[in-house]
Amino acid sequence: MADPMRIRAQLAGDKATVRVLMAHEMETGQRKDSSGKTIPAWFIQEVTAAHNGKQVMSAEWGPAVSKNPFLQFNVKGAKAGDKISVTWKDNKGDTRTDEATVS
Amino acid sequence: MQARRKFLSDSIKVAGLLATVGLLPQAAQAAWSAAAFEAKTMADLMKSLGGGVPAESKDVTITGPDIAENGAVVPVSVATTLPGVKRLMVLVEKNPNILSAAFDVTDSVEPSFATRVKMGQSSNVYAVAMMADGRVLFAQKEVKVTLGGCGG
Repeated sequence: MADPMRIRAQLAGDKATVRVLMAHEMETGQRKDSSGKTIPAWFIQEVTAAHNGKQVMSAEWGPAVSKNPFLQFNVKGAKAGDKISVTWKDNKGDTRTDEATVS
Repeated sequence: MQARRKFLSDSIKVAGLLATVGLLPQAAQAAWSAAAFEAKTMADLMKSLGGGVPAESKDVTITGPDIAENGAVVPVSVATTLPGVKRLMVLVEKNPNILSAAFDVTDSVEPSFATRVKMGQSSNVYAVAMMADGRVLFAQKEVKVTLGGCGG
């Protein structure tokens, strides 16, 4: 199981600024290890975000996103106490969901 | 008989079109668009996504550093002020595959995203916005990299 994400959702007017830091290797599949073998690609492919259970954003990522990816986006119509959840899925089928409260 | 056969083949074509055009968000969720992420040039990318010819626009913005010391972590953000944007993408021209990330925008989220990407060498980075009306708009910025983030 992957490490938890760090999510902060800060209210600014009627929208929430959500910052997410995920823990993931994001291996491109182009690097080689010390014995010259290619390290297989391992990266997050899909990211979705939901506001109080309703999906508001989805993204598709390639291996060019940095290791331990950072993502920031703004959710409209958010209020203090609302739940923002973020889910990612990598190319090995591993998935993780974490939730934060808007404050 | 001939007419019926034509009707059948036409309806199959229409279903195919619907699957690629009308139902794009669902399709994108169901399967990662491998073809788009394998594209080497903007033209290839547009072909795989079914977009038109991209036009430069002032209403799309890309922000990033002028010089990135570490190509493994280059902070970039893409945004647009235009309504009716369907998808925002981050492209790095000289990476092995140009598409880095694609964000599907809904009404409940602002068309503005920030993330960090890897860059193998100094290159132009693009923000590409695919609009609901089929237009494709982009903005570009040159980022110089002193230490590459790929290979090694």
